[in-house]
Amino acid sequence: MERKALLRVEDLKMYFPIHGGILGGVINHVKAVDGISFEIYEGETVSLVGESGCGKSTAGRAILRLEKPTSGKVFFKDMEITKIKKKQLRAIRKNMQIIFQDPQASINPRKKLTQIIEEALYINKIVPGKDRRSKAIELLETVGLGKHQADRHPHEFSGGQRQRIGIARALSVNPNLVICDEAVSALDVSIRAQILNLLKKLQREFQLTYLFISHDLGVVRHISDRIIVMYLGKIVEMADKNSLFDNPQHPYTKALLSAIPVPMPGKKLERMVLAGDVPSPIDPPSGCRFHTRCPFVKDNCKTEEPILRSAENLKDGHMVACHYFLDL
Amino acid sequence: MVIMNESTPSSPEIAAKVAKPEAGWRLTYRRLKRNKAALYGGYFILFLVLVSIIGPYLTGYDPFQVDYSTKLVTPSAEHWFGTDHHGRDIFTRIIHGMSITLYIGFSSVMLGMLVGVPMGIISGYYGKTIDAVMMRIVDILLAFPGMLLAIALASVFGGSINSIIIAVGIWSVSHFARVARGSTLAVKGLEYIDAIRALGASDGRIIYLHILPNIVSPIIVQATLRIAISILIAAALSFLGLGAQPPTPEWGAMLSAGRNYLFDYPHVALYPGLAITIVVLAFNIFGDGIRDAFDPR
Repeated sequence: MERKALLRVEDLKMYFPIHGGILGGVINHVKAVDGISFEIYEGETVSLVGESGCGKSTAGRAILRLEKPTSGKVFFKDMEITKIKKKQLRAIRKNMQIIFQDPQASINPRKKLTQIIEEALYINKIVPGKDRRSKAIELLETVGLGKHQADRHPHEFSGGQRQRIGIARALSVNPNLVICDEAVSALDVSIRAQILNLLKKLQREFQLTYLFISHDLGVVRHISDRIIVMYLGKIVEMADKNSLFDNPQHPYTKALLSAIPVPMPGKKLERMVLAGDVPSPIDPPSGCRFHTRCPFVKDNCKTEEPILRSAENLKDGHMVACHYFLDL
Repeated sequence: MVIMNESTPSSPEIAAKVAKPEAGWRLTYRRLKRNKAALYGGYFILFLVLVSIIGPYLTGYDPFQVDYSTKLVTPSAEHWFGTDHHGRDIFTRIIHGMSITLYIGFSSVMLGMLVGVPMGIISGYYGKTIDAVMMRIVDILLAFPGMLLAIALASVFGGSINSIIIAVGIWSVSHFARVARGSTLAVKGLEYIDAIRALGASDGRIIYLHILPNIVSPIIVQATLRIAISILIAAALSFLGLGAQPPTPEWGAMLSAGRNYLFDYPHVALYPGLAITIVVLAFNIFGDGIRDAFDPR
């Protein structure tokens, strides 16, 4: 099955300089994303999971070039977007949109709903001026908001409704790729399900491709086709949903999955608990980044960095970055 | 120990401080109304503006008419605040001076704002080299004692009302740039700026339509407080002879003229001095009040 890659990320690195010293020079870097490569095919939902500070959100922002990546390449439909000029970038921005975590902060509080959507339409000249308002209302209705709410301000809405506004704004410019950066994490469980279902419905309707950034494995299991697990700025495992959940290979993934609550009282859980904290991304551990917390650590884990590789007994596209996953 | 423990952080605190989604102007006014001192300060400023416009037609004396037969008369029913060493009615001169004082206060702050706010926004928005260069300039301006800087600038521009407006205005630039930069940095970090950037909006559009409207309140507060300081500095410059020249009925200049008669006829210096104090106080109280109304912590 030959599918077209919509987005291709090659060795993406995002370092944030730390200024210090008397002259304010750069003394070190926070290596938020340290060389990740993956592909997203048209129409699929890929999830980027990992705990706080593993660089998943930063990766999303770097792909959109909300931050300029330190190095590496991002191809959108075979066009490299990491190097292009600001003006060219603005012209293609509409193809990739983002939905944010915090519905409070992600909409300008001083604008009315229609103004928010109409501005998006205006910037990208989606529809002629006279149709703009009706198109905006149509979009609001698509995400489940009513026409009577069109002239209200964001503060009159609940978190879930505001998230719908954010979704409508992202959709207004007919994007191909939508990055959902913890898009449902700030919502109540019941609202969360509604929004997830809305996202799924919209995906079918508009042929969207999602990059879903989340720490919530329940949500990820519900929505994704493929899952990428990140740890300290690196990809540790990448697989389609079923093989990852049924047959996790990397010790870190195993630990993550064992932490999902099971809705069955009395069931004995084989909980794999990791010791210690995530090391600092300023000075990440040598070799395998996970070696400081890995229960199966061996000597060469501390010096040699594992690469993402596949194995015979694994399904196609299942890749693991561990020296010993076959022996575990 | 806990593997996946990511709470749902949000940044309503910064958002509330700068943008205040729920607030709006009506709420601000309601809070201002609750602060009685600030409200009356505001009404008093309106009253002063009114006086400066219609007052000159009501007093019945000419502020420039020299009449040595009524020289240095103490306050009476005829001359409420007495007369000065040239026999001019001090009350009339103070009323005429009101518009000069307010003009200096408002225009110098306007000048400072028009230069300082764009500087601050550009500095905060683009960061990097532009920011470093601009902020060093601001630091240098701030490192001078304000008065000294104003004196230096006023003497460069020569003694006139417009020259003190420029001098005091330039000095205000640094303060406005600071405030605008700080607020811009806070707003710039909010997600809706990223969202609009991801939609392909130009920098100009983001700055003008999304950052500027959300940093107005700290700038208004700063402006109100700066008016008070500017009036004070302008009066001081005129007192030193660098600003308004006699016979202009500028309060600082009147105060300066009155100091020669301080022991025998204190009213000549007293009333202009009181006028300066009251106006500055009114602006300060009003400024504090709207700061509290905009930013109730």
